[in-house]
Amino acid sequence: MPEGVSELSREIYGMHMIMFWICLVIAFFTFGAMIYAMVRFRKSKGAVADQTLLHNARLEAAWTVIPVLILIAMAIPSVDKLIKIEDTSGSGLTVKVTGHQWYWQYEYLDTGVSFYSRLARTSDLARRKGSGIDPATVENYLLEVDKPMVIPTGVKVRLLLTSNDVIHAWWVPDFGMKRDAIPGFINEMWISVDADKPGTYRGVCAELCGADHGFMPIVVEAKPRAEFDTWLTQQGAAAAVARTE
Amino acid sequence: MTEATIAVGHVSHDHGPPKGIVRWLTTTNHKDIGTMYLVFSLAMFLLGGAFALVIRSELFQPGLQLVDPAFFNQMTTMHALVMVFGAVMPATVGLANWMIPLQIGAADMALPRMNLFSFWLLAFAFLLLLSTFFVPGGAPASGWTLYPPLVLQTGQAFPMAIFAIHLMGASSIMGAINVIVTIVNMRAPGMTLLRMPLFSWSWLITAYLLIAVMPVFAGAVTMLLTDYFFDTSFFNAAGGGDPVLYQHIFWFFGHPEVYIMILPAFGIVSEVIQTFARKAIFGYETMVYAIASIAFLSFIVWAHHMFTVGMPLAGQLFFTLATMLIAVPTGLKIFNWTTTLWRGSLSFEPPMLFSLAFLFLFTIGGFSGLMLAIVPADFQYHDTYFVVAHFHYVLVPGSIFAIMSAVYYWLPKWTGHMYDMRLATWHFWLSAVFVNVLFFPQHFLGLAGMQRRVPDYATQFADWNMVSSIGGFGFGLSQLLFVWVIVQCVRGGARATAIVWEAPTGLEWTVPSPAPYHTFVKPPEVR
Repeated sequence: MPEGVSELSREIYGMHMIMFWICLVIAFFTFGAMIYAMVRFRKSKGAVADQTLLHNARLEAAWTVIPVLILIAMAIPSVDKLIKIEDTSGSGLTVKVTGHQWYWQYEYLDTGVSFYSRLARTSDLARRKGSGIDPATVENYLLEVDKPMVIPTGVKVRLLLTSNDVIHAWWVPDFGMKRDAIPGFINEMWISVDADKPGTYRGVCAELCGADHGFMPIVVEAKPRAEFDTWLTQQGAAAAVARTE
Repeated sequence: MTEATIAVGHVSHDHGPPKGIVRWLTTTNHKDIGTMYLVFSLAMFLLGGAFALVIRSELFQPGLQLVDPAFFNQMTTMHALVMVFGAVMPATVGLANWMIPLQIGAADMALPRMNLFSFWLLAFAFLLLLSTFFVPGGAPASGWTLYPPLVLQTGQAFPMAIFAIHLMGASSIMGAINVIVTIVNMRAPGMTLLRMPLFSWSWLITAYLLIAVMPVFAGAVTMLLTDYFFDTSFFNAAGGGDPVLYQHIFWFFGHPEVYIMILPAFGIVSEVIQTFARKAIFGYETMVYAIASIAFLSFIVWAHHMFTVGMPLAGQLFFTLATMLIAVPTGLKIFNWTTTLWRGSLSFEPPMLFSLAFLFLFTIGGFSGLMLAIVPADFQYHDTYFVVAHFHYVLVPGSIFAIMSAVYYWLPKWTGHMYDMRLATWHFWLSAVFVNVLFFPQHFLGLAGMQRRVPDYATQFADWNMVSSIGGFGFGLSQLLFVWVIVQCVRGGARATAIVWEAPTGLEWTVPSPAPYHTFVKPPEVR
């Protein structure tokens, strides 16, 4: 799992690693006991079954209560993270994301900027059956679009997710989150890229949405605020020109 | 096998079954019906496996080489439907039919005609479902979960698939009623509930789950049907409905459904481990209560399959905690099985090998399940190959290994012959190695960001996909060995004794091998 480029994604990564290590420790003891029993108590080594070892209330109570405590300890840290994830207040920018079969649409609310984002032509040609193009020769195969989404770094960006047809899910692993885009409903989530980590981040649609589910990638360019503002103004001007024509 | 059972039938002075095909069409004998279920399940296992190999072949390398994306989606959907409803569930029903009357000392299932009816309903349901490949638009391609609105884009297969599900549901409910009525009414004198073998116990609880949730599923798909044909808008926001409502109803069925597939496996593993550890199960009563609590909890965790739909915070926390609670009785079972091994006298015949592999590999699936229960992390895992790895670990080396363990455990009782232990051991090691080559890399793929249900992927996922595909082919081909061992055993082999193994416990070992056509006509006395 990528550690990601936001506070949220790093916290989620941290939880993932803690869970992983806890599971590994439990596995060490459980599998250790199983393997020990399988080696030590073999009939071929002359082991005789101890028919008195049939139940032991204290032992069984112990391995009921101890896991409960471990589990509670595992669940507690997720509470404050969840609260943070669900808190979309104080965002500096709102983008409406609409899933279509099979491309994404990004609308920068109150700016008139709106565009579609589809699988890049290079990937689209290569992915056809019998295209004869080796995917390894295509740069960012299946993870490139014709027009990426652009967001400012260091700003809490609120996404409003919906869909025009079937359920899609918007997911960029580096941002730590995914959420479904459901037709007729609006879901919220927020992302935030560290101010010092501008760059291009890639993701995919993560809910089966038909034949080309695997071919509607997400590309997000995170730019410093000033660069982003310039970009947005240009886009807004272009959109205004398009409207008057 | 036919000859053998008829011969024994003569010894016990009854006329035995009719010969040839008529026997199988008209039989109401629990053993014959059990056999039919098991054979059907094996056929579906191979067919579902073939679908899986199409999937793994396409995913062998990036780019589309063999199939179109639309057909690929039909493959993933049908693979799941066939494996869940055609392979795993009928296999456990077959085992129930064969073994429950033998374990509790009953002459047959309580409702033999309904028993036969439920088998043929299932067979016709699959005929209908599989014929969807040949209608315009092809088979359903929306995933086995059949989420709207996507499922409403299915072609002419749509009503056929829905009716097939209705038939399967009716069949399962009848099977479940039969198990409950049999266990409640037909136990031999002295066979109190808390003396009953754990396999029968696990099925009694499974049967209640089936009766509780199959109608829910039938309701959900019926609402899809009316949405499709009569614009009822249950799941259409434009008409005041909600697509997420379907997901809630589906998973209210779907989560208990996964326990329907694993609880009988728990029962099997308990039986096998006692026999080959030569020691009674540790904490029998807690094992029963653990199964019951898992069954209860399965009704209150459904939304953990859909954390990303956007749920209130309290809902997310509730479903996280409830899900984690399931780890408690499940862990208890794992620890009790381990303690059963402790100070036992272990030997490693094929059934034991499969049950021990179950113990390890099911536990791995349990760990990834625990990780998936943590909501913030689930936002990353959801709908990736990490989830695919998780549920295949609990289903393949979980349920299916347990079923294979059961087949190797009871096959001599069914056929009267011992099978080729050496080949069966080979089958085990090949399966156990390849199943890990197949599914373990899928954890890495998911964590690296590969989403589920895609026919093609970015080039950074190429290596592990190739490894996984090689594992898939290895695992698939190893199963031919399984078929061969069974065929060989049915045709002949060394005579099996009544107890078959060294010191198994249970009434099924008090009757000769092969089990006569009619057993326990006079109930045995259990002390």
